[in-house]
Amino acid sequence: MLGTCGVDSLDGLYADVPDGLRLARHYSLPDEMSEKEVRDFFDALGRKNRVMTCFAGAGYYHHYAPSLISAIVSRSEFLTAYTPYQPEISQGTLHYIFEYQSMMSSLTGMDVSNASMYDGTTAAAEAMLMMNASMRKGGRILTSATMNPRTLAVMQTYAHFHGIELEIIPSTASGMTDMALLKSRIAAGGVAGVVVPSPNYYGILEDFSGLSDACHAVKALLAVDSPASALAVIKSAGEWGADIACGDAQSLGMPLSYGGPTLGYLCSTKALMRKMPGRIVGATVDRDGQRVFVLTLQAREQHIRREKATSNICSNQGLMTLYAAVYMSLMGSRGLEEVNRRGIEGAHYLADRLAATGTMTLTYPDSPYLNEFVMTVRPGTDAYLTAAAAQGILGGVKIDGRHVLIAVTEMQTRTDMDRLVAVAASLV
Amino acid sequence: MNRRLYGQLIFELSHPGRKGVKVPDNGVEFAVDIPSALMRETPLDLPEVDEPTVARHYNNLSTNNFGVDTGFYPLGSCTMKYNPKINEEIASHRDFRDLHPLQPSWSVQGALEAYYTLQEALSEVGGMAEFSLNPYAGAQGELTGLFVIKAYHESRRDYARDKVLIPDSAHGTNPASAALAGYKIVEVKSLPDGTVDTDDLLSKLDDTVAAMMMTNPNTVGIFERNIPAIAEAVHGVGALMYYDGANLNPLLGVARPGDMGFDVMHINLHKTFSTPHGGGGPGSGPVGVRDGLQQFLPMPKVVKSAEGSYEVVTDAATSLGSVSHWLGNFAVELRALAYILSLGADGLMEVGKLSTLNANYIKERLKDLYLLPIDGLCKHEMVFDGLADKSTGVTTLNVAKRLLDMGYHAPTIYFPLLFHESLMIEPTETESLETIDAFIDAMRRIAIEAKESPEMVKDAPHDTPISHPDDTAAAISPVTTYRQWLAANEPS
Repeated sequence: MLGTCGVDSLDGLYADVPDGLRLARHYSLPDEMSEKEVRDFFDALGRKNRVMTCFAGAGYYHHYAPSLISAIVSRSEFLTAYTPYQPEISQGTLHYIFEYQSMMSSLTGMDVSNASMYDGTTAAAEAMLMMNASMRKGGRILTSATMNPRTLAVMQTYAHFHGIELEIIPSTASGMTDMALLKSRIAAGGVAGVVVPSPNYYGILEDFSGLSDACHAVKALLAVDSPASALAVIKSAGEWGADIACGDAQSLGMPLSYGGPTLGYLCSTKALMRKMPGRIVGATVDRDGQRVFVLTLQAREQHIRREKATSNICSNQGLMTLYAAVYMSLMGSRGLEEVNRRGIEGAHYLADRLAATGTMTLTYPDSPYLNEFVMTVRPGTDAYLTAAAAQGILGGVKIDGRHVLIAVTEMQTRTDMDRLVAVAASLV
Repeated sequence: MNRRLYGQLIFELSHPGRKGVKVPDNGVEFAVDIPSALMRETPLDLPEVDEPTVARHYNNLSTNNFGVDTGFYPLGSCTMKYNPKINEEIASHRDFRDLHPLQPSWSVQGALEAYYTLQEALSEVGGMAEFSLNPYAGAQGELTGLFVIKAYHESRRDYARDKVLIPDSAHGTNPASAALAGYKIVEVKSLPDGTVDTDDLLSKLDDTVAAMMMTNPNTVGIFERNIPAIAEAVHGVGALMYYDGANLNPLLGVARPGDMGFDVMHINLHKTFSTPHGGGGPGSGPVGVRDGLQQFLPMPKVVKSAEGSYEVVTDAATSLGSVSHWLGNFAVELRALAYILSLGADGLMEVGKLSTLNANYIKERLKDLYLLPIDGLCKHEMVFDGLADKSTGVTTLNVAKRLLDMGYHAPTIYFPLLFHESLMIEPTETESLETIDAFIDAMRRIAIEAKESPEMVKDAPHDTPISHPDDTAAAISPVTTYRQWLAANEPS
């Protein structure tokens, strides 16, 4: 091979690299390992982690993932493929993305879905960019202090560097967006769009009645951010009259995996389809007239439009849409509703029992919540979480020294909940 | 492939009342009263399917797909190397898989050690001081890198820098990312040999330039030998050098971006570090910086204490902010670390050279039949400008589609934009001589077919599950969901 290449050594292939740039030493990295050693290495690392009974949520939920999902997503033909640019040999990928888009469109009540964003935080940021781009001279984006703080942080980063004015509407004493203030800020004009959460960070379902009308009256767009699974039971973005639905879909069959990979979904009305970032799969026919799938509307994307593209996204979370599609296929509408019901009933049971211990109270007692709620912990959040951890329980997510966010799914049994209640009761 | 029986959508296999899984029963029944005005009214119409049907549906779909495990995938600029299976096993290890991102640091010491170890290994390979693994993909890594650059200039109250210089050969992501970061884009011309035109660059450099974005080797697979002079000129006006890691693979064991004068870079773990592409993700795009820029990296960040324990830090005044929910695509990071540990220092030192050997061998053996606009040594990939014999009318697209018939994935086509008929081939280091020779034979056979039966080649592919999808129809009246498909196909 070297002879064919006209060189007499591998180094000869780098004759064009100036000597001063050549790495004159070996990498300072460990020696090679056999598979067994690699496995031993990660087993040892794994033992330094502690997997606990998980009452933490805050956007990432421990749901049951049917075994078939891992069997399907490990298929090499799916796993080791690139983006489906050659539709003739990528129908598998294109087909499942089309199914994913169809399912997400149904869940969110929107006309179209893209083929995924990275996660919920970046999906909200991209929704913000989309809304900003829809106004010729840009416009302010309004959002709420009840959004997930990590989503807000990413929106703020993108807004700062892109030059978007992002205004965060404060929350009320009931843990909800100050809706009167939000509506007055919308009416003040210059607003390109509004992003609101449902349920919000505190698990609370906010009432967005009249919000889409308020937005549309001043030609602003409305985006509703929800964890995907909850959409099976809560009023969807489409039902609220929103123009965009965005959020994280980890709850649809994806493992927690210490936060990633998951996927962000982004759906919109047909009117906004050509402003949508990322890939979209469409149905068409081939030469034999059979239904086939292709990447479509690519003129929106960075590899064609370069700096005029709506977004710079290339790789998305492709394989994670397969997790979601297989999960939703197995669950069906009724399964997904049941998953939600178990979480909702479990959360209300647990909140009731925790309050009965006398060491904590429901922070927003008059606000309707789903499967997640905030407790005010009299002995302090740290004392509570430490006592729970001693029992092998991740007792929730700390909001501050006095408040903790607790989530329930179908995965925590009544016994688990009663153990957590005993922890609370033991606090003084 | 069994398209006749299994070409349906999962919705078309639905039978009301069927379910593919029993939902775990947590044993709680509790009356809950949520106002109905807040709840869903529209019935959900997900498919209702039994488990065996779901299993067959998706398994059969997979047989209509082509992956690295199916065959040779010489897709230029995408580094489609083999994805070792031990990495998959590690990524689904229960002790990592079931960790919640917001667990306290003390309970995730192993995960944080993995993150930190990978961060350090990438710093060594990139010649950088520190990496953040948070960006989810190459494009986001690039965007984050530009945020670092902007945060750096802002920290110096240097607000006049509103331009980013980008070579005209660059991938579309570069200008798209720069625009998203709020910069104006100024293109720098290429010389006939594909490298940056230094004179043109110098004429565009001034104190309104924030950064120069480059890949090296560049998009044509040529090493930019003037890089020290370019870096010096860019630094001379106070701008920073950004390294797009798309083409890092051939430099493994040979050279480091940090030693070439780059200040900020990203790496695509799904290219250089063998994590699977998953049909378009999830990838991972760690961003690295030279000494002096660490304080601008995104949050959260993993820090190591003097005692050797790890902690997640979530806020720092100088940081650019946050670009991800937590610490990025963590399971992808685990795979990359497993790859680095498997190869070790010695193995990684060989990667670049072997990928470059494979590429040059293909180039030399095809350049009589395919037009090679830039002769000489290439690095990990080469670009042909279509067939050498232009009289047949057979285009790069035709060659690509004919390759599908022969059991190969197509190379990258019509990119870079420097040539009309770009055909960009990147073999990677994980292919054997036998595989590469067979691919060369196929390419040569297509060149002969183009002369002997051009119409047959133009009409390719002939032997794929589908052929000649109507892209135009798809774009004119888009059908992107099953519901839209039903509406469009209603019997009138």
